[in-house]
Amino acid sequence: MGFFLWQNSWLQMIFTLIVQAAPYSHQSADTAYRFAKSLLDQGHSLHRVFFYADGVHTGSALASPPQDEPNIPERWQQLAQDHQLDLVVCIAAAVRRGVLDANESGRYSKPGHNLADGFELSGLGQLVEAIAVSDRTLTFGA
Amino acid sequence: MSAKKKVLIINRRAPYGRSNARDSLDVALTCGVFELPVSLLFADDGVYQLLGEHDAQGIGQKNLSATMAALPMYDIDQLYVCEQSLKTQGLETSDLANAPTAVDQDAIQQLIKEHDVVLTF
Amino acid sequence: MALHTLNRAPADQSCVTRCLNALADNDALLLIEDGVYAALPGHQALFAALPDSVSLYVLQPDLQARGISEKVRDVFTPIDDAGFVQLACDQDKVVSWF
Repeated sequence: MGFFLWQNSWLQMIFTLIVQAAPYSHQSADTAYRFAKSLLDQGHSLHRVFFYADGVHTGSALASPPQDEPNIPERWQQLAQDHQLDLVVCIAAAVRRGVLDANESGRYSKPGHNLADGFELSGLGQLVEAIAVSDRTLTFGA
Repeated sequence: MSAKKKVLIINRRAPYGRSNARDSLDVALTCGVFELPVSLLFADDGVYQLLGEHDAQGIGQKNLSATMAALPMYDIDQLYVCEQSLKTQGLETSDLANAPTAVDQDAIQQLIKEHDVVLTF
Repeated sequence: MALHTLNRAPADQSCVTRCLNALADNDALLLIEDGVYAALPGHQALFAALPDSVSLYVLQPDLQARGISEKVRDVFTPIDDAGFVQLACDQDKVVSWF
């Protein structure tokens, strides 16, 4: 019994995931989600998911896939809620591509904002910090 | 934060046609700002990032070569280029900016071994 | 020791070659997404030069989605998502080829 406890705690890892792929364009976006879910199910911890390049579209609250397809942003939101995840969308990549929170929308005088709840816009420093403190960093690219 | 992680960034895409080169450079520079040691490996079409004197104004983009030239100011001076990719592209190290070190297959395996984290773009 | 993931189909030769050439002794290779097609018998030659100590895996849900679970070579061990996570833990870093 003691051995198993020791083994479990030793095996627990801190992960960071980088998602470069756009949702619905590339399967890589789904693989990232499945990997995240699986690592959390196994009791590992997910320090941060960093959405970069076209991956920033994952943070759009306006994604409206057909009913028989998964809503990728909502799936991440649910996972974040269940596990208190830090979902960071690269601010520079996002603002360029029209994924804005209320703050950025105001700054650029845009008619609305669409960053989904549970995601936050932040800079690459958040990625570097995450790399520094995680045991494993995985890139999901397209 | 304990011992600093060494980061290897592998660049496999040509500049300008897609955002990978720019995205990668931004990550490298941020690693530099936060004093995380970073090395860059250019392979496949990524070697074109180091070729030629860029002037991207006409295509509405920022020059990557200018940023690339600033890498040493961020203490990023470990630049490597895949020897096999160079051969495939008909290029020599002397054709490239930033004086990268040419590495063969074994040396690339060694680079991956020596770094704690590998990112690809 | 590193886990390498490859998500490009075999016709993307430069990606496949770069990935395979980067595999060192005791590394692991996991084919994912379109990368799983490389596990078909027709692509056996790609893997001929790999050291015996490199272990080969393929992501089962991706095989199944593509209808090739029964067609891939048995040198590839099929694993599920949990197995992917386990591999990432067992190896000390993960390199993604795409």
